[in-house]
Amino acid sequence: MHIMEGFLPWQWCLFWYMVAIPVVAYGIIQIKKITNEHPESKPLLAVSGAFVFVLSSLKLPSVTGSCSHPTGNGLGAILFGPAVASVLGAIVLVFQALLLAHGGLTTLGANIFSMGIVGPLAAWLIYKGVIRVGWAPSMGIFLAAVAGNWLTYVTTATQLSLAFPLPTFGEAFVKFMLIFAYTQIPLAIAEGLLTVVIFDYILKLRPDILEKLKVITPKDKNLNEAV
Amino acid sequence: MVDKKSIILLCLVAIIAIAPMIMYGGLGEDEGYFGGADGAAGDAIEETGYQPWFNSIWEPPSGEIESLFFSIQAAIGAIIIGYVFGYYQGQDKERKRQEGE
Repeated sequence: MHIMEGFLPWQWCLFWYMVAIPVVAYGIIQIKKITNEHPESKPLLAVSGAFVFVLSSLKLPSVTGSCSHPTGNGLGAILFGPAVASVLGAIVLVFQALLLAHGGLTTLGANIFSMGIVGPLAAWLIYKGVIRVGWAPSMGIFLAAVAGNWLTYVTTATQLSLAFPLPTFGEAFVKFMLIFAYTQIPLAIAEGLLTVVIFDYILKLRPDILEKLKVITPKDKNLNEAV
Repeated sequence: MVDKKSIILLCLVAIIAIAPMIMYGGLGEDEGYFGGADGAAGDAIEETGYQPWFNSIWEPPSGEIESLFFSIQAAIGAIIIGYVFGYYQGQDKERKRQEGE
C-alpha cells in the first residue's frame, strides 16, 4: 500500500496531506480525551500501536506470487475509533518512510489516507454493524480487520489511478487493482485471523476495559465466560 | 493461557503464508516471483513515462540493513505486546488468587 517516494504528482501529494492532517489532528485530540477518561486503557492503546508495528513489518507471500503485508489497522480502529487508528498508522508510516525508504515523505499524506483513514473507518463501521446485527464479537473483528486491510489496498489502487488515469481511469484502476487488491485477498484473511487471536486474548484478560470503551456489551462478556 | 481456537487460527495463518511458497516452489526473485507489490506499482507508473520528482532522503544501503530495520520494527511491537499481556496475565492471576482466599 506504500506509494513510493516521489511517485505522486505534487498536486496530489498536497491534496492527500490536506485530507490526512485534520483527521490525524482529530485523532490526537481523541487520544487525549480517551486516555483522560479511561487512563486504564493506555496499555491497550500501546498494544494497538504495537500491533500495527508488528503486522506491517511482516511481508508475506501471496498466491499471486508477489509479496505484500498486513496493516494491523483494524484493532486500533475497533478499540479506539478510526481517528485514533489514523495516528497509530501515521507513526508507523513515518518510521517506514524515514528508515526503510518504504513509502515516503511526499506521499505520506496519501499513505495515511489509505492505511490510516479508509481502512480503519471501514473496519470500525463493519464492526459496529456486525455487533448491531447481533453476531459474535469475534466474527465482527474478523470481518472488520479483513475489510480494513483490503480496502487500504483498494484505496491505494484508486489513488494511483486518479493520479495516473492512463489511458483511462478505468483501465488504470484495473491495472492497479490487479497489482494490489488481488494479491491482498489472502493476506487480508490472515490479518483478520491474527486480529481475532489478539482480540480474544484482550477479551479474556481485560473485558472490563473493552466494556468501558464500549467495544463490547456486558452480554458479550458473559458469553465469553460461558465458552 | 493459549486456547485451542488461537492455535487453530494461527495454523491457518501459517498455511496462508506457506501455500504460495509451495505453489511457486523453486521460483524466486530472478524469475519475477515474490517481489513487493509496492515496487510493482512503481514499475507500472514508470511505464507510463512518469519520472519520480523526489527521492527518499535516506535509503537502507543494502537488503541486509533493510531487514535490520524491519526486524527492529517488529521487535518494538512484539516487546510492547508481550509486556502488556504479561502484565495483564499476572494481574489476572493475582485477582483470582485473592478471590480464592
